[in-house]
Amino acid sequence: MIPIEHFPVLIIAISLLSAFTILLAGWVNRKSCCLITIATITFQFILSIFILRHVLTVGTIRYWLGGWRPPWGIEYVVDALNAFVLVVILFLSLLVAIYSKRNVEQEIEAKKLPTFYSIFQLLVTGLCGIIVTGDMFNLFVFLEIASITAYALIAVAGGRALKASYNYLIMGSLGACFYMIGVGYLYSVTGTLNMADLRILLPPLYANRAVQAAFVFFVIGVSIKAYVFPLHTWQPDAYTYAPSTVSALIASTMSKVMIYALIRLIYSVFTLDFIRSYMGLDLVICWVAAMAIIAGSIFAITQRNLKRMLAYSSVSQIGYIILGVGLSPLSIWGLYGAVAHILNHAVMKGCLFLAAGAFIHKEGLWNIRDFEGLGKKMPYASAAFTIAAISMIGIPPAAGFASKLFLILASLEASQYPFVAILLLSTLLNLVYFWRVIDRMYFVGHGHGHEEATDGGESESELPLSMLVPMLILAALCIILGIFWLTELPLPLFYEILSDLGVSGGVTL
Amino acid sequence: MELMTPLFAILCPIIAAPLILLSKRHPNIREGWTIVASVAMFALVLSMAPKILSGEVIECIFFQTIFEGIDFGFKIDAFGLIFAITSSSLWILVSLYSIGYMRALNEHAQTRFFFYFCIALVGAIGVAFSGNLLTFFIFFEILTVSTYPLVIHEQTPEALSGGHKYFAYLLTGGCFFLFAIMMTYYLTGTTDLTPGGISALGSASRMILIVMFFCFLLAFMKAAWMPFHSWLPTAMVAPTPVSALLHAVAVVKAGVFGIVRIVCYVYGVDLMHELGLWLVLAGIAAFTMIVGSFFAIAQDNLKKRLAYSTISQLSYIILGAAFLTSNGIKGAMLHIPFHGFMKITLFMCAGAIMVATGKKNISEMAGIGRQIPVTMLAFSITALGMCGIPPVCGFISKIYLCFGAWSLDQYGIIFLAIILISSLLDVIYFFPIIYTAFFREPEGERSGTGEGKIKEAPIFMLVPLTITAIFSIIFFIHPNTLFIFDLVNTAIAELGPLFGGI
Repeated sequence: MIPIEHFPVLIIAISLLSAFTILLAGWVNRKSCCLITIATITFQFILSIFILRHVLTVGTIRYWLGGWRPPWGIEYVVDALNAFVLVVILFLSLLVAIYSKRNVEQEIEAKKLPTFYSIFQLLVTGLCGIIVTGDMFNLFVFLEIASITAYALIAVAGGRALKASYNYLIMGSLGACFYMIGVGYLYSVTGTLNMADLRILLPPLYANRAVQAAFVFFVIGVSIKAYVFPLHTWQPDAYTYAPSTVSALIASTMSKVMIYALIRLIYSVFTLDFIRSYMGLDLVICWVAAMAIIAGSIFAITQRNLKRMLAYSSVSQIGYIILGVGLSPLSIWGLYGAVAHILNHAVMKGCLFLAAGAFIHKEGLWNIRDFEGLGKKMPYASAAFTIAAISMIGIPPAAGFASKLFLILASLEASQYPFVAILLLSTLLNLVYFWRVIDRMYFVGHGHGHEEATDGGESESELPLSMLVPMLILAALCIILGIFWLTELPLPLFYEILSDLGVSGGVTL
Repeated sequence: MELMTPLFAILCPIIAAPLILLSKRHPNIREGWTIVASVAMFALVLSMAPKILSGEVIECIFFQTIFEGIDFGFKIDAFGLIFAITSSSLWILVSLYSIGYMRALNEHAQTRFFFYFCIALVGAIGVAFSGNLLTFFIFFEILTVSTYPLVIHEQTPEALSGGHKYFAYLLTGGCFFLFAIMMTYYLTGTTDLTPGGISALGSASRMILIVMFFCFLLAFMKAAWMPFHSWLPTAMVAPTPVSALLHAVAVVKAGVFGIVRIVCYVYGVDLMHELGLWLVLAGIAAFTMIVGSFFAIAQDNLKKRLAYSTISQLSYIILGAAFLTSNGIKGAMLHIPFHGFMKITLFMCAGAIMVATGKKNISEMAGIGRQIPVTMLAFSITALGMCGIPPVCGFISKIYLCFGAWSLDQYGIIFLAIILISSLLDVIYFFPIIYTAFFREPEGERSGTGEGKIKEAPIFMLVPLTITAIFSIIFFIHPNTLFIFDLVNTAIAELGPLFGGI
């Protein structure tokens, strides 16, 4: 029995090894690549569950790479927040990997399969690395691994995806560069790269210009990667033209990990005291988020391409999470909302992108105008899409409703009433662009036909099971999570996260 | 066991819904599920009445939510049970009627229709049972969303635009509701519906309370008070059983039910009086009553006229609650089931007329009273009831409203006059229909050939509307049928001291 303290590094190491194994195995048998990926991610997922359980019962895991003590060596730190994000990311990666098996066969040339899955696995490695590491520079390394693999995965589709990927490459490199500059500033001032160490060394230096500049560079750098409005310009193209599997993976995991990095930087490296020492900094974050929420929704309304619409919807939904982060110095419900929405949005958007991919896979449909009658042609995929869309709108008892409740309560506690209005307005905007799709799928067009006559036995052959099941699992989760967040069950997790991040914890209202 | 009754009651439609979907290829079995579920639910709901009448409250808590002080669960009190009894009893009859209607017109997508009908009932019963505002909201939204596919059932561009309007109004209302709920929670730390009001609310600032009250009012756009009523006539594009459901059973009643809940169980009569909000509410209601009636007079389409009549009648309920007097609230609470039974009869008659004769406009209905006497007789009886003429139950609720207005210490005479004028207007828009149907000669040429063809609507449609019409009379003779009158008295007693005395 391996002690659980070793699991964080095991997750990375196994994933890394597997990425190269896939490449080798691909020479022998192309079919094996996908299976190896699924097996690896399943294993990682199981490990992550053990880690989460350990973190919640025993406490934070600190692992020193190579046995070097922290200020000199690299340290992996897993507390409640990253254990939670790790489980979320690996769960979604697993479902997307299962989904990808049949979808990728159709969308990508067979000879590219080994490379595709190898890069896919590397992306997962990079994401996990960002999550578990407790070292600023190590985070940068994994950030680059994740980003470069993401550029490659998007470009796999060829054609317009190449341009989208190139745009992403430019913007992404800029973001990485900014992050690197931030790391450099902090290192020049403190002489350490370890997050826990920085947390101790920084407070006396909060007035230092270099530290302040570093903060700004960090926030902007990571914001580009998390496509926080108005730094989202690379994202719609990238999501639209990427292969469906990749859109789903990147949409549901990549941005969440970047947001996680942002939360980690704000809370664990700089702490709330830093935010509070600059009056109104939190409100600036909130207003940026509010702009993202509204602008993303309005852009989404104008789209005709379903994937592009979902991409803009992500811009808006990332705004929810950022709003939660921005409100958290004023109310703990803000952090609850942000944490809950990381999972909710991953599940909902994953489901939506998988469904959008399924529409393309089976019927070749991407334009919302052509969706007439889809509800009958692909009943399960359409139902999954509808449930996730209802959840995005925030209609109870779906998951989006819970996040909305938390954020509204946070805004009230912080006495920031405009944000309540923005959240509610966003509900209506979401309704406009999602209901348009649902209307098309189910209600528009086919008038007085007789259902009993028309729907004969098509549902059986709708989609391969490996594509259908992940989608349906996510759709079911949309409802289950909605109820889960309303119960008391997540409270231990929240309390743990609050105490780990050093937010005055525990007491509600 | 008794504690779980509400759970079993709401499980009836929840279990029936997937069964309906599964048996979509066998229409008889599919409709069977609806009937079984509705009868079972009605029996379960009714079985709670004795316990409630003894002054107890049935609490059924599923879990404590993450928000401290809010449970997710049901708390059934007398007022909630009135709404539950109304909805569940009418569901049986509407189901029977829908079977006749949908089959007679050979409608498409019948499975979808019965499925969402079932879900809508989950929403309605959930609203009736909710013990706090958060639970209330969840079921309220389920009700809104599940009725959308029913409203746009025809799937014509007209139906879709009607549905969009319906959705736009009601979900905007939902946003206001959510804000008001969270505000209530933020201010008081609870959202429980407490007879006599949440006491902690009294310490909040006047300004916030007034703003919140308007948010609550906007939340209940379902009650179709003016000027936020226009979704209701537009939603008349729905098939007639849906209109019956919207008007009599679930949607609009959930709206007025909510308003009474807010007035009596969240703000409480004292706070309403102190803030002067009762006058605002009564003003809105009075305006809607009169103007709604005028609109009704102007309509030629029978369903549209009935829709405006609903708008006007709902405001009787709002007005009664706004009086804050025990007779006023009693009248309001009585009018919920009574109006339900009467209005559903009218709508079912409108549908039966359409199925039997294909006529939608009142001007075309000359002489149909002799062709379809049963339908028109039922129509006439309940139309009389709507106007408040005995021996139909509308008289009872209206007389209590009049007493309620009379016992007001100010403006009593004005509101009494408004009730009477509005009743007069009811007469003006209902009597021409009865007159046209019975006493006007049918248009010359077609009468000879037409009469031979036109028969009463199918038995499935005729029986429910006869039953509801008979019930409208029974409620007059014996108001305590289905425990309604006793439940109202229990609810009034629970509310504690009210204005105006008894």
